[in-house]
Amino acid sequence: MKRISWLTLLMLLLAMALVACGGSGDAEPEADTGDTDTAAETDTDAEEADTSEEAAAELTCDDAIGCVEIAAGDPILIASALVITGPNESLGLDSQYGVEIAIEQRGEVAGHAVELQAEDEGCSAEGGQTAGQKIASNPSIVGVIGTSCSGAGVPMSQIVCAEGIAMISPSNTAPVLTDPESRQTCYFRTAHNDKVQGRAMAEYVFNELGLTKAAAIHDGDPYTEGLASVFRDSFIELGGEVVAFEAEAADATNVEPLLTSIAASGPEIIYYPVFIPLGSLITKTAKEIDGLEGVVLAAADGVQSPDFVDASGGAAEGMYVSGPDLGFGNDIYATFLETYQANYGSEPTAPFHAHAYDATMMLLNAIESVAQVGDDGSMLIGRQALLDALGSTSGMEGITGTITCDENGDCADPKIAVSQVQDGAFSSVWSYEP
Amino acid sequence: MNEELRGTLKTGLVAGIVTLSLGMIGILVSFNNRFIVTDLVTLADLLLFGMAVLAGYLAASSLKQNSIVSKLLHGGLAGVLAAVPTFLLILLTLVWEDIRSSFINVEPDLIALVTLNNQSVVTGGILLLVVFGVAGMAGVGYALLPDRFRRPISMSLAWTIGSGVMSDILIGILRPRLSQDALRGLFGSTGLQPAPFVVLFVMLTAVFFWWQQGGQTRYQTLRQNLTPSQQKSSRRVSISLLVIFLLILPSLLGVYLSEIFNEVGRFVLMGLGLNIAIGLAGLLDLGYVTNFAVGAYIMALLTSSSEFGLDNPWSFWLAVPICVLAAMFTGFILALPVLKMRGDYLAIATLGFGEIIRVLARSDALKPVIGGAQGILQIPAAQIGGFLSQTLGYVLNPINNFLQRFELGILATNSNGEIVFGNPPQLYYLFILASLLMLFISRRLNNSRTGRRWMAIREDEDVAAAMGINTTNAKVLAFTLSAASGGLAGAIFAAKLGSIFPSSFELLISINVLALIIVGGLGSIPGVIVGAFALVGIPQLLSEFAEFRLLLYGIALIGMMLMRPEGLWPSEVHRREIKSDGDDETAVPVSVKP
Amino acid sequence: MRRFSYIDLVLWLFRIGIIGVVLWGVTGKFILGVGNEYTVSDWLDFFVSGLSQGSLYALIALGYTMVYGVLFMINFAHGEFFMAGAMTSTVLVALPLQNAGYIDRFPLLSLLAIFVSAVLTSVLVAVLTERIAYRPLRNAPRLVPLITAIGASFFWQYYFRGLFGSSLLPFPEFAMFNGKIAFWGLDFQKADFAVIITSLLVMFGLQQFVQRTKTGRAIRAVAENKDAATLMGIDVNRTITITFIVGASMAGVAGVLYSIVFRQLNFVMGFIPGIKAFTAAVLGGIGSIPGAALGGLFLGIIEAIGPPLFLEGLGVAGSHQLKDVIAFTMLVLVLIFRPQGIIGERLAEKKA
Repeated sequence: MKRISWLTLLMLLLAMALVACGGSGDAEPEADTGDTDTAAETDTDAEEADTSEEAAAELTCDDAIGCVEIAAGDPILIASALVITGPNESLGLDSQYGVEIAIEQRGEVAGHAVELQAEDEGCSAEGGQTAGQKIASNPSIVGVIGTSCSGAGVPMSQIVCAEGIAMISPSNTAPVLTDPESRQTCYFRTAHNDKVQGRAMAEYVFNELGLTKAAAIHDGDPYTEGLASVFRDSFIELGGEVVAFEAEAADATNVEPLLTSIAASGPEIIYYPVFIPLGSLITKTAKEIDGLEGVVLAAADGVQSPDFVDASGGAAEGMYVSGPDLGFGNDIYATFLETYQANYGSEPTAPFHAHAYDATMMLLNAIESVAQVGDDGSMLIGRQALLDALGSTSGMEGITGTITCDENGDCADPKIAVSQVQDGAFSSVWSYEP
Repeated sequence: MNEELRGTLKTGLVAGIVTLSLGMIGILVSFNNRFIVTDLVTLADLLLFGMAVLAGYLAASSLKQNSIVSKLLHGGLAGVLAAVPTFLLILLTLVWEDIRSSFINVEPDLIALVTLNNQSVVTGGILLLVVFGVAGMAGVGYALLPDRFRRPISMSLAWTIGSGVMSDILIGILRPRLSQDALRGLFGSTGLQPAPFVVLFVMLTAVFFWWQQGGQTRYQTLRQNLTPSQQKSSRRVSISLLVIFLLILPSLLGVYLSEIFNEVGRFVLMGLGLNIAIGLAGLLDLGYVTNFAVGAYIMALLTSSSEFGLDNPWSFWLAVPICVLAAMFTGFILALPVLKMRGDYLAIATLGFGEIIRVLARSDALKPVIGGAQGILQIPAAQIGGFLSQTLGYVLNPINNFLQRFELGILATNSNGEIVFGNPPQLYYLFILASLLMLFISRRLNNSRTGRRWMAIREDEDVAAAMGINTTNAKVLAFTLSAASGGLAGAIFAAKLGSIFPSSFELLISINVLALIIVGGLGSIPGVIVGAFALVGIPQLLSEFAEFRLLLYGIALIGMMLMRPEGLWPSEVHRREIKSDGDDETAVPVSVKP
Repeated sequence: MRRFSYIDLVLWLFRIGIIGVVLWGVTGKFILGVGNEYTVSDWLDFFVSGLSQGSLYALIALGYTMVYGVLFMINFAHGEFFMAGAMTSTVLVALPLQNAGYIDRFPLLSLLAIFVSAVLTSVLVAVLTERIAYRPLRNAPRLVPLITAIGASFFWQYYFRGLFGSSLLPFPEFAMFNGKIAFWGLDFQKADFAVIITSLLVMFGLQQFVQRTKTGRAIRAVAENKDAATLMGIDVNRTITITFIVGASMAGVAGVLYSIVFRQLNFVMGFIPGIKAFTAAVLGGIGSIPGAALGGLFLGIIEAIGPPLFLEGLGVAGSHQLKDVIAFTMLVLVLIFRPQGIIGERLAEKKA
């Protein structure tokens, strides 16, 4: 009985909602840009182009894929889609903090405040799809910072790009996302493409350290598997020998068997581009395995964080890590770290806050450069213009280096530093330019 | 100390610990940015003072004596006590300045919030105690209200606050239908504007009050007084209304809510399948993700145009039956080794299968075949082309043209006259179709001989065997059929995503499906749908609170089970069993009785 | 006696298949020399690391098995008791002690403080969980407490995440656990050795407690028959709470041991060990204390030795990634041969 009354109530409410809609239906039925009602699903581009006609008097939108209109006093809405729940959340939360700090430091953009709508992509393809649909369904979102995981980035880029929303990822590294054949035109990233980073370490190890026998370990995540594969292929191409290519579960608690196996194959260097938990476990354990005492250890930017050095104890001393060079250049990072500590009560927990900061700055700069501001303070942002502006970003000074986008949306500083852990800090020892 | 005082103390302190927890785990600060009534009341305020009101209410309603003064005193005391742990925390931060290095969420913002933005922390803390005391008394006032007022008020408060919480969803629905200005009048950047909030609250209260005071009975008498033929036609009308409603739903909801519906649909499909194994046959399967993964991977392998696909990729419709068959075959094969295991041994063995699939999917060993960590990309969306879509187009296009006037629509053809199940509103029809199909099959199974055989096994396997039921065959059949729906869900999932990665096939899926069928009501088909909405749909709607979503999910699981152990929509049989005695078929058998 | 059906045939094929694959792998490894060449000491290293991992599984599994023994419910939240103890003791005791320099000066006392705080937290969390999420459902269908257990598991994970943050916490380094120790000709990491010894002691103590003390007898009585136990004057609710306390204490101890070995913690650390411990408990025969110990050790060792032994011999790529596959296949194999677990009583037929 109770249930029936519940249902009835629900229906009543719906009915009321409908009445409400019907009542005001004659007011102004125009759809905003980006509205994809199934009924009118024919040709979104054409529809979007003409819906922005009602823009403020002197502002006219002549953008190929439509504009975002922001009334005077309203904030510019950008979204983030990072992994903020679940086992990988320290990766995504850290990036989100980077985004928030960038927004805070940038202040107003062309007279408008910036508001962040944070979504969770769950580090999975379906999570990326759902977050993408949510973002795509809100026509006032100008751009999105995300995703954390490449697996979520693939479906999400397809969805948000269909709406012309700019998307910049701070930590997707999978080559496929910026592959000219499969790249979505609105997709950019400030993280290093696996192709570049894996190659960088291979060259450093082979040419600079002069080692010829390598082992590589990944954890079954697209990021680590991609890097390890590129490293392997590049290393072999350079003339080295990969004596072991192994994998371990990311949440493994016992890596002694794995390392004993690897020790038996006699590598001179072990490359494990994994995240902090597994990375520090391997680092610590490797020192205690017979036969691995003198082996060089190397990892990628997934562990480039003070957390990693802490968690590994002294064992990380002397190991090599590839990634952006955060150590020199400018003092943006010092201010950034202070703000981070003050706002969130801890040191950064993952490396990609810096990339997220840069990605946000890049987006906000581009918005400022293309925004048309009217006399009354309202604003028009052309979507295609924004994408063009993002694509032509060059020489922007960021934390991770000089941000310059290539034609495929890879915007990370082409220079990759190989740093060594010295006295518990990362100090750059070599830099690679493809 | 008398008993009633002790009860009040306990209520107050429990409320206090909950309040403290809300602050210390960061909920308050995070929810303080979220307005329910724009620029006036945040969700954090509601939670914080709501706890005090609740404490006062509980303390007052558990009192036996009737004197208003003593009720007020107890309520006030409970309210104050609800603030005491937080007050202690405030004092603690004065002594322990570095507290944030341990408790990361005890930040200045929190202290500012709980000291009501007072300059002096101590004064603020004392103020908090006072305010909580008053709020506690307000709770007593609430408890003193006669039932007939309190219930409609509670209901409408819940609905109004709910609309405030879901404001961004409501905005999403209303945006295409209302003007910018009208929207702005109703909603702020978050939450409802004060005036609409009050109006909605008053209106709902009136409606609920009317409903309770006579509307309900009048409605029932009205229904009872219908003649049989009238009843029949009213039934027909409501069913056709329902069908029309379901058909236009995606255009009503918009893209994002359709997407949520599809996610729910995916879990409904899996839930219906698992319900066969657990609900009907009593086989506790914790590895249901296996079937889902098989369906998805087979679909990817057959239809993908990437290097892992076939040279001549199949169409979705050809591949679906293969996916379902493959999942059934997997279910069959995996059923064989676990047939003799019972209860929790079965649970852990099936959980093991789920884990094996997950590990294999991302392994280097199978990378050449199924893509390993990098997954399989370029899976095309399902589509209908050619003659069929053109025929359908003749029917659909006029309807769409008509509905478009109301900003509504149904399944649509694209400019080439094809029907592509690419975006959520289109996919919705695919999920509806699949769900209806599985619903139909489930219903038939439920009432069939096989269904009764399974239920016999669920009740008591030994007795069932003694009655001449071939338990082995029946169990294998249950596993096999149960897998079919999972395979179907996986197949549609792959076509929906366009790319699949191993991270989509985690243990969490099995757990989620299990939880939703039990929360819905074990063995009940409507229960699966209700459970899926409760455990998949609502968390998606609350994605704004993503950081705390799983915390709330945990609380919701515990809460729902405590309040309705039989499930939200239990099956008739199950309800009878629980009503008659606690010790039903699945309850703990108390050893062997002599 | 039932007649021989196709199921039996398939089961036999399955058994023969698994054993065949294992033999093939082993042959490949030792006779054909596929993959790396391992020395005897390498094999011993595999074994020893598996042993220490297994002891941890065993310790956690004991809690599972005890709760199962009395309540017949899978306490999914048990891994969270383990996490709660480890995280709280690290944040509130170990790290402050380290900052104050006490850990270097009084390592044993510090360690004691850490153990005590971990056990207390685990117990508190367990008792709360039992009181709120399990006790009201004592008479509900048994799947219902399974769901509340899952709910409790999520709740505690995110509760502790809220308290202490989601970043990785470093556990302080104890000088006494660095380096290696030789014992019976085997080389142990000192930390591993400490884990094995502590686990053995705790398990022995527990066995004595359950067999010898009055409370232990009460627990066994409740496990056997709640109604009869009530008639004998045993307070069932109190006994169940005690069971939870004992199980959670061991989870607390395991939490600290885990911290000592891995020196890094976060809020999801309880999940995988929890699942593994559950598997271990079932493997050994759920409800049986020596069974849980044995199951844990078996699981730890098979995970360590399995990949290099079977899979490398078969030439499988990335073999260590697949250790869970081996572990769970072995579980199924064991359960086919002995549906009640390695040394479980035949309660599979009777009760479960």
